[in-house]
Amino acid sequence: MDDPTVSSTAAPPLTGARKMPLRRAGSGAVGDRVFAALAYAAGMLVLVLLGGIILSLLIGGLPAFRAFGPHFLVDANWDPVQQQYGAAVPIYGTLITSVLALLIAVPLAFGIAFWLTELAPAWLRRPVGTAVELLAAVPSIIYGMWGFFMIVPFMSSYVQPFVIDGLADVPVLSDLFQGPPFGTGIATAALILAVMVIPFIAATMRDVFQTVPAVFKESAYGVGCTTWEVMRSIVIPYTRVSVMGGIMLGLGRALGETMAVTFVIGNTNRISPSLFGPGNTIASLVALEFPESPAGSLKLASLLALGFILFVISFIVLAISRLLLRPRAGA
Amino acid sequence: MSSTMNETSARMPEVDAAVADRARISIRNLDFFYGSNRALKSIFLDLPEGKVTGMIGPSGCGKSTLLRVLNRMYDLYPGQRATGEVLLDGENVIAPGIDLNQLRSRIGMVFQKPTPFPMSIYENISFGVKLHERLSKSAMDERVEWSLTRAALWDEVKDRLNTSAGGLSGGQQQRLCIARTIAVRPEVILLDEPTSALDPISTLKIEELIDELKRDFTIVIVTHNMQQAARIADQVAFFYLGEMVEVGAAAQMFTAPSERRTQEYITGRFG
Repeated sequence: MDDPTVSSTAAPPLTGARKMPLRRAGSGAVGDRVFAALAYAAGMLVLVLLGGIILSLLIGGLPAFRAFGPHFLVDANWDPVQQQYGAAVPIYGTLITSVLALLIAVPLAFGIAFWLTELAPAWLRRPVGTAVELLAAVPSIIYGMWGFFMIVPFMSSYVQPFVIDGLADVPVLSDLFQGPPFGTGIATAALILAVMVIPFIAATMRDVFQTVPAVFKESAYGVGCTTWEVMRSIVIPYTRVSVMGGIMLGLGRALGETMAVTFVIGNTNRISPSLFGPGNTIASLVALEFPESPAGSLKLASLLALGFILFVISFIVLAISRLLLRPRAGA
Repeated sequence: MSSTMNETSARMPEVDAAVADRARISIRNLDFFYGSNRALKSIFLDLPEGKVTGMIGPSGCGKSTLLRVLNRMYDLYPGQRATGEVLLDGENVIAPGIDLNQLRSRIGMVFQKPTPFPMSIYENISFGVKLHERLSKSAMDERVEWSLTRAALWDEVKDRLNTSAGGLSGGQQQRLCIARTIAVRPEVILLDEPTSALDPISTLKIEELIDELKRDFTIVIVTHNMQQAARIADQVAFFYLGEMVEVGAAAQMFTAPSERRTQEYITGRFG
């Protein structure tokens, strides 16, 4: 035992030095493996959660799907007394309020982002930009209360009577804007939703507009573009993917928004041709009816089925946006 | 101020003799500020018509800044301002009330990095033209072919005009940018280190192109490459720390500069 050690004493520090890093590497490898496994598990957790939510909604809603079949999707009845449930009203309400909200919000958000990135004086950019971000942080219950106490009375006493009378003789529009001016309803919900999603869309648009390299904008200015022409021909084409992303973010929030909509939409389970008429969305219907749905009832199953449908709608929205946003060949 | 003026004109007779043309752009007592930082110090310089003026000098000497004054690109950024006169056909372009879009159609610019717009090759050319002129389809076709031909790119792209400009090589993209600039038919073309991102062969092509283009356009080129300035410029101006140290015919500047700082720079003593 001694002899070999003695024979190799020519470089004892070397053997010592070689052992140290080897041992460290050994213990490090275990640490690496544990950490890699944890990271792997964290990544997989996303898939498990997503799958778990879809599955539990699907299983919970299965009795409703079984009882009503595909007719569930197009049935406008929601009758707890007769145990008849259909999803058409809340689906329609969800889609129409979200689409209307985007129609209002996207131009405004674009205006905000355009102004903030290209036109606003330097000293105003930061405060206004921060205000936009703060608007995004306002809890939805506050929008709901504000909508109920400010916007609803405003709509019913100023906007709706004026619009209903003004458009009474216009063929198609008179149907869209008719009925008693309650103040609540689809249009009001869309308006509140628009206010809620504007900061999201505007903040995203501003951020992506700022990512366009200055040299591209300068080259466009260099051939004599106005600020608007630079925006339309350079900035928007360069950022269209992210801009659509921002809009989808807003749409996602609008589709699932519950509190603010529940306050102002009127909560009526029928489809009204008038945009001033009351309606319901999936989220507000579920929020209102869930407490009155005993476990194992067909009603609870129907609500879970609605949740599943909302999930699928959101999924389709994302899938469509991905499809539309495939980068063009060579671009 | 008047003494500076006299000094400058006193230094310029050789230029006038060599170039012997009327100035397309006259820069008179130009100062430029980034905030409170004075980046250009009372510049006097004439850019003769139909000639290539090369601007050389170490990084940060103000040559690119001067280029960006000529088409008022600095206007995009708050806190940047210029005083003095930049006369384009007798009109002071840095005065308030100038139509910038019009100005930039008369003074075109090509940048260091190729910047094709996110559209087809054809549209890259027609885009700028449409801003200023209303042309029929056939007239636009002609204009596109004319400018691509002048930019020595036509033969390489004529079969794929409708494909994205992003698919071109770097050198082709830069020639496309030059074509796009001349398509608007400016009087002056500003080139900001147009070959610094290109390989030697593309650089050579661009240099030949500049030599060709100066028959019709007044050209100003900023370059870090003194051989390039010697090859293509008729007149060379040397900038150092925001001042224009010296201007002269290219041959004279590179063989017998009158200023010691110019001498030191072109012999590689600093830079």
